[in-house]
Amino acid sequence: MYSEKVMDHFQNPRNVGEIEDANAVGQVGNAKCGDIMKMYMKIEDGVILDCKFKTFGCGAAIATSSMATEMVKGKTVDEARKLTNAAVMEALDGLPPAKVHCSVLAEEAIESAIADYYKRQGLPFEPKKSCDGCCGNCEH
Amino acid sequence: MEQFIYLDNSATTPVKPQVLEAMLPYLQEEYGNPSSIYKKAAATESAVAKSRMQVAAALGAEPAEIFFTACGTEADNWAIKGAAYANRKKGTHLITSQIEHHAVLHTMEYLEKQGFSVTYLPVDGQGRVNPQDLENAIREDTILISVMMANNEIGTIEPIHELAEIAAKHKILFHTDAVQAIGSVPVDVKELGVDMLSLSAHKFGGPKGVGALYIKKGTKIDIFMHGGAQERGRRGGTENVAGIVGLGTAITLATQNLEEKMQRITALREKLIEGILARIPDARLNGHRTERLPGNVNFCFRYIEGEALLLRLDAKGVAASSGSACTSGSLDPSHVLLALGLPHEIAHGSLRLSIGEQNTETDIEHVLAVLPEIVQTLRAMSPLYPGC
Repeated sequence: MYSEKVMDHFQNPRNVGEIEDANAVGQVGNAKCGDIMKMYMKIEDGVILDCKFKTFGCGAAIATSSMATEMVKGKTVDEARKLTNAAVMEALDGLPPAKVHCSVLAEEAIESAIADYYKRQGLPFEPKKSCDGCCGNCEH
Repeated sequence: MEQFIYLDNSATTPVKPQVLEAMLPYLQEEYGNPSSIYKKAAATESAVAKSRMQVAAALGAEPAEIFFTACGTEADNWAIKGAAYANRKKGTHLITSQIEHHAVLHTMEYLEKQGFSVTYLPVDGQGRVNPQDLENAIREDTILISVMMANNEIGTIEPIHELAEIAAKHKILFHTDAVQAIGSVPVDVKELGVDMLSLSAHKFGGPKGVGALYIKKGTKIDIFMHGGAQERGRRGGTENVAGIVGLGTAITLATQNLEEKMQRITALREKLIEGILARIPDARLNGHRTERLPGNVNFCFRYIEGEALLLRLDAKGVAASSGSACTSGSLDPSHVLLALGLPHEIAHGSLRLSIGEQNTETDIEHVLAVLPEIVQTLRAMSPLYPGC
């Protein structure tokens, strides 16, 4: 049911763990739905130098977390915010329909971490309106 | 060769060689329609009759009380809808449990939309229905009670004899879905005191696509499949002769030396349960500790999700299943685990290992060797795990 890329990122997830001196941390999802993604970033001069994750969830949730962290590393904050769930899915050669929400969660986790960064920097943050608020963790 | 250990015998079982052998002639040379008049068809007609006798003998029933169906789900649908509609003038209240298979639950939900009312009995923390709860739920207009003999997820065996006795006292029909029980524990319709019982061949070494419904003589039930005169006019459709022959052979084999088989499989189950409890912290055994199917092991591992566990086990050559949401495409965890009172986040992390006749001690040892590390790796990845 999963593509080879999904299985690869599930079996050998990249960037698992925490960043001790992270200056951007975001968590989305809830245990009731069976998925929680927590993302840690180290951002300097507007560039994401490092990104790690911890995920409670199914194979697709772990694989999308892994792929998303790979995709935002080295990007500027603005570039990372443009990453869509569709792009994460495409990079994984697709997801079964029932698992599309995992890629949405990955996009939301990035947004949530970056929102935290703005808050810590005392900068105004304009949330993007891409998700449907299904995780219940944001202000939507 | 890559290792493959099949521990999903509650989902389905391999067809036994003797069963396949018995079926083969009816897929090729013996193709006659059992309803036809010429000699060629006599072989298939008697094969169907023989299988009916075998099923009846295995259940302690009369051959005329056995009706072949296409699956366990059809048997459940027929029993419930058939009895509900046939007895509608007496009343429209039905009783079942919260932990039934969807073949029963969704049928009940359908009937609710048709004007019936349904009481879903709760279960205790081990998944048992309390007979007193049944007694209290019975109303003047109750016409049917359906409680499964053994639960497919957690393996808990229900007190069917006691429940059926209560039903009989109130002159209410009693149906049991025994799909998981046949070939695993003794099943005798007279001893149980049930009016209807569903079974499915592929759960005990028979082929997929064939099941049966036991209907006690005199039970008022509607025709489910309208058509020809097959199954004494109560279930039309040309017989799945090879499948029916497979069912008869499989049920005979599955109920032979049952005590000995139960002892052997129970010993494997205990080794697996004790091994997991000793090796993995925060592991919760679901279901009743002793009143459970010999081959059923069901655990929740805190802080991790079931599907991820299954995929990792699959990579280590172990085929198992989970009551997890993700596998069924819904976001809700198993209704059975929730009925036990487990919170959502724990119910998401369940694993069912179901042991069958072909499994050995080596299989169990392999699982015990690979499972702790898999659980630990996934926990290390989980933001819920306090150890990190």
